[in-house]
Amino acid sequence: MARRSDSTHTMATSSPTPARAARVKKGRRSPMASVALLVIGLLGTGGAYAAFTTSATAAGSEQTASQAAEGQKLFEANCASCHGLAATGTSVAPTLVGVGAAAVDFQVGTGRMPAAASGPQIEEKPPQFTNSQIAALAAYVATLGPGPAIPSKASLESGDLSQGAELFRVNCAMCHNVAGAGGALTEGKYAPALTNVSAKHIYEAMVTGPQNMPVFNDLNITPKQKAGIIAYLQYLDSHPSPGGLDLGNLGPVSEGLFVWIFALGSVVAITIWLTARSN
Amino acid sequence: MADHGTPGTAVERSSAPIPSAGTAVVLPESEEIQNPGFPPFRPRVSDLDPKKARANERRVALLFILSMVGGVFAIVAYIVFPITPGDSGSVRLNTLFLGIGIALSLFGIGFGAVHWSKSLMEGHDLVEGRHGTRGSDETRASAAEVFHLGNKESGFTRRKLIRNTLIGALAVFPLPGIIVFRDLAPAADPNDLLKHTMWKKGTRLTKDPTGIPIKASDVTLGSVFHVVPEGLEDSSDPLEQKAKAAVLLMRLKPEDLHVSKGREDWNYHGIVAYSKICTHVGCPVALYEQQTHHLLCPCHQSQFDITHEAEVIFGPAKRPLPQLPITIDSEGYLVAQSDFHEPVGPSFWERSL
Repeated sequence: MARRSDSTHTMATSSPTPARAARVKKGRRSPMASVALLVIGLLGTGGAYAAFTTSATAAGSEQTASQAAEGQKLFEANCASCHGLAATGTSVAPTLVGVGAAAVDFQVGTGRMPAAASGPQIEEKPPQFTNSQIAALAAYVATLGPGPAIPSKASLESGDLSQGAELFRVNCAMCHNVAGAGGALTEGKYAPALTNVSAKHIYEAMVTGPQNMPVFNDLNITPKQKAGIIAYLQYLDSHPSPGGLDLGNLGPVSEGLFVWIFALGSVVAITIWLTARSN
Repeated sequence: MADHGTPGTAVERSSAPIPSAGTAVVLPESEEIQNPGFPPFRPRVSDLDPKKARANERRVALLFILSMVGGVFAIVAYIVFPITPGDSGSVRLNTLFLGIGIALSLFGIGFGAVHWSKSLMEGHDLVEGRHGTRGSDETRASAAEVFHLGNKESGFTRRKLIRNTLIGALAVFPLPGIIVFRDLAPAADPNDLLKHTMWKKGTRLTKDPTGIPIKASDVTLGSVFHVVPEGLEDSSDPLEQKAKAAVLLMRLKPEDLHVSKGREDWNYHGIVAYSKICTHVGCPVALYEQQTHHLLCPCHQSQFDITHEAEVIFGPAKRPLPQLPITIDSEGYLVAQSDFHEPVGPSFWERSL
């Protein structure tokens, strides 16, 4: 490190040296004084920087290592019965090598994992672990193989709303409904409603493709576009339906049922009343 | 007709039906089902008790007053809850209260009027016989006279040249309309339009809606891409073209695919492209499950198995989704090898497959 900064310094100062040396000769300072000063200064800042960064990464990796160790303990106690002691999967659960921290943060953070029971679909429930435990589990699974990381706060914000809405209609609305109300899939599976889901979990679901949801990697939908989709879903959460009762936003099913029962029911009732004799 | 009794007790009958020579079974006169007539007249409570009559009178008046209140409420609500541009909540309140007010004012009048007639107006049943449709002989004679006079004065039957040319003019007059409306049909043979899409050899697969071409390396395992042909937006009818050419791109493990003979090189290392247009009635099929590899149509629940070349495993669809043969070009972008090998979407009369 120190040698490299030294050599760059000599390279940078070698060309202006002759002119400056002629001028400085008249002064009291040695012609090499400024050069020496520069070298000392560069060495000092470079060394301090190097010392600082190495100590910082050392602390960081130490923290991750201890977190991962804690995560491994949690994993062995809570997850290994299905996912296997080495997290390589069993006949009942998939391997977790390469799923990344994002998958753990989504599955455990939304309470889907650990699963309450096997069934067509693992359902959302209150999270079973604290935030620091989830972070530890995620850190452990991230050490098993490279995979998508937990998104930063900044990457979830300031998405383009209208672009996000268009992408949502093209990529998500066929399963999750254009209003994010969710919908049925085959054999008891379903696409869950996306109302009031946290931005982080929406992002992680797109990147990791939990259960039967396909993966939308960053080359398909860029992080900026993902932020747009999140912006659209948050817009839906904060804006009431202008047309009155939305009846779950399920489209012709709930609306048709409502019309058949209440509208046609009242038409039948009025018809009977119209033709009945007064008592 | 007086021998059928006074109004209120019997229904007027027309003369006996003449039995036709058809196959209907006609009962002899003695077994014919007799008209039971009206049930005996029963006075209502308002007819018997003046107190009840007054109560009903008050009810009717109350309904009319409710109608007035509703009308005023609608006006007040419209002013109190104005629509603020950009605020969907204000639209909701405005339409809700305006609707309640107008509904009250209309239903108040309607229910009041019906209740009035049912409980207070004269309540006996009666029959109003239909009068005959045939005009009197004088009316008929004068009508014929009008025609004769018209013919005599205009010379319509005498001046044959004028009559025939007039008929000719009336016959030709609607023809331009027929020609013009006929021209609303597609200029090209619609049969051909149904059989071909925008895809051809070398057309790049691009993302919907951005139009960015897709590299094979972009499509990771479990991914699904919504695909349109490159240059879709530059075509003269992008929506019509998209309706036929929309494709779903998925990547499966190559060992999961059951490839039939002749289709070995249609996928690229497990990346497969299938038409998104359902073979049942043409809904976009895009509900892909990445674990089961089932594709579900949201309209009528047809299910296609992507591992078995999109064969139908459930629902009303009869044919598998057509597969688009794909490969990569020299830059690594996914391209079509050709158009679909069969028409996409639902059946039509001229479809041979």
